[in-house]
Amino acid sequence: MAEPAANPQITREDVARVARLSRLAVKPGELKAFTNQLRAILGYVNLLDEVDTADVEPMAHAIEVRDVLREDVPTPMLPREAALANAPATDGEFFLVPQILGGSDTPSGK
Amino acid sequence: MTTPLPPDPASSYPTAAELSSEIRSGRLTAVAAAQASAERIAALDGTVRAFLHTDAERSAAWAADADRRIAEGSQSDLAGIPVAIKDNLCIEGEPCTCASRMLENFRPPYTATAVRRLLDAGAVPIGRTNLDEFAMGSSTENSVAGPTRNPWDPVRAPGGSSGGSAAAVAAGMAPIALGSDTGGSIRQPAAFCGVVGLKPTYGRVSRYGLVAFASSLDQIGPFARTVRGAATVLQTIAGHDPLDSTSLSDPVPDYLTDLDEPLAGLRVGVVADHFDVGLDKEVADAVQGAIETYRSLGAEVVNVTLPHSKYSVATYYLIAPSEASSNLARYDGVHYGHRAKKFGSLEELYERSRGEGFGNEVKRRIMLGTYALSSGYYDAFYLKAMKVRRLIQQDYDAAFEQCDVIASPVTPTTAFAIGELADDPLAMYLSDVYTISANLAGIPALSLPCGFSKGLPIGLQLLGPALSEPKLLRAARMYEFTTDWHTRVPPLQDQTGVTP
Repeated sequence: MAEPAANPQITREDVARVARLSRLAVKPGELKAFTNQLRAILGYVNLLDEVDTADVEPMAHAIEVRDVLREDVPTPMLPREAALANAPATDGEFFLVPQILGGSDTPSGK
Repeated sequence: MTTPLPPDPASSYPTAAELSSEIRSGRLTAVAAAQASAERIAALDGTVRAFLHTDAERSAAWAADADRRIAEGSQSDLAGIPVAIKDNLCIEGEPCTCASRMLENFRPPYTATAVRRLLDAGAVPIGRTNLDEFAMGSSTENSVAGPTRNPWDPVRAPGGSSGGSAAAVAAGMAPIALGSDTGGSIRQPAAFCGVVGLKPTYGRVSRYGLVAFASSLDQIGPFARTVRGAATVLQTIAGHDPLDSTSLSDPVPDYLTDLDEPLAGLRVGVVADHFDVGLDKEVADAVQGAIETYRSLGAEVVNVTLPHSKYSVATYYLIAPSEASSNLARYDGVHYGHRAKKFGSLEELYERSRGEGFGNEVKRRIMLGTYALSSGYYDAFYLKAMKVRRLIQQDYDAAFEQCDVIASPVTPTTAFAIGELADDPLAMYLSDVYTISANLAGIPALSLPCGFSKGLPIGLQLLGPALSEPKLLRAARMYEFTTDWHTRVPPLQDQTGVTP
């Protein structure tokens, strides 16, 4: 099957978009270096274009993964206290995040 | 290749097997062995910086427990043996930073299965070793704590990402260590530091409790001074684990009983392309010398081809970052890990926490993976790479019809200087050219010392088909038995200027 040609050169705007998709705050001053580095790497991986992969099954895993079945037996779970122990902010019962809906009783940073 | 020197027992520190025999005969206690490790770390780690943290009190408690079990008759080869643990493997309640600001205060609520099995065998964790942040790198320079130094020459990198574990074993701070290998992260530092490093078959060792980088490639494995040390650790950590559904259920064979038996009729595959441009002459000569040694031991040397191996770096640097971008999405500043102090919206909380918590190499790989998986590029990049991965695996299947193991270099050069490749990520990636395809194909591979150039160690890589570890280890032992490279120790001086 025909495969689309890989990218034209990745631009600074592309990198800013990818940073946003990745939820990474990247300073404007860092964008240039990241763009140049990603451009070099993507330029290199375009080497794969020369490989004929028609009729080749993609390989997602090093071993053929099969469904693994086991008895559905309840086992002890991580206690709530342990699950919350590393959280930056909790109320002892839940993880706390800034307000995402209307209201004013959720925490936020300054 | 330099001429072999006669072994100098006085300057060589004990192997795991020698230490074990001292301990089991009652001449040495586990507590004293742990203390000796701690003293050596104190004397040398100001220079080497292999360790991110140690916990003398907890190590002493584990050692006391080992002594109690030895007194009760434990026959474990690892009882009382100090082990260094890469800082991306969880131990309940201990720091596990992955050399990242993101996890600087993280204390995992559970213990990795591989570590649990070592503890059950009586091994004594004596500290957590440095790595490239989240195991992404080939030099241990991408660490929030700064680089580890190569014990053979402190201005050089120990390799990576498991550079701290390799350096700890090379410097005699621990006879064995655990690392993880996603694209060469055990074998390349083993080669740079002159120790044995094994990446087992994918799924042979449970990944439960290993902080995930690229889940279809990651595998935990041992470092040791000798092939036997590595085999002993593998014997302990291998096997199915209900907590890792990708761990293999195949029974674990005995790696140790026949280890010293030379293999009759061994067929050693050699790939001409491996000795093409880009390989340093000293490294090529040492590896060719090792191949000649196999021939002199009666092995048949067979030419094989891996036509797609030149695509392995490109394939890897699409697949591994794609998986990483997904795995590292879990660091959100909410459940655990770093949270930014200043944020307004939830979106800003995510972006700033991740922007502050991750270093540049991790950011680069997350962005590269996100790009390769993004709409419009998925087919051209990620899907294409998965197809080439299949071809790389098929090359190995065909090659192993003709040979039992493939002998190759581990690295194109000996250890490079710290800072030499730091600003050129692509050049750093290309240094993984010989190791990466084993992870893509899921096959076992190890590095063992095969020479020196200008005082720096050179590694020989042996690769075998999936689950061929018994044969691979015996083949490695056959070579090791005829050489003394593994008995050499770096000319390290402690802070007081006294050579230990």
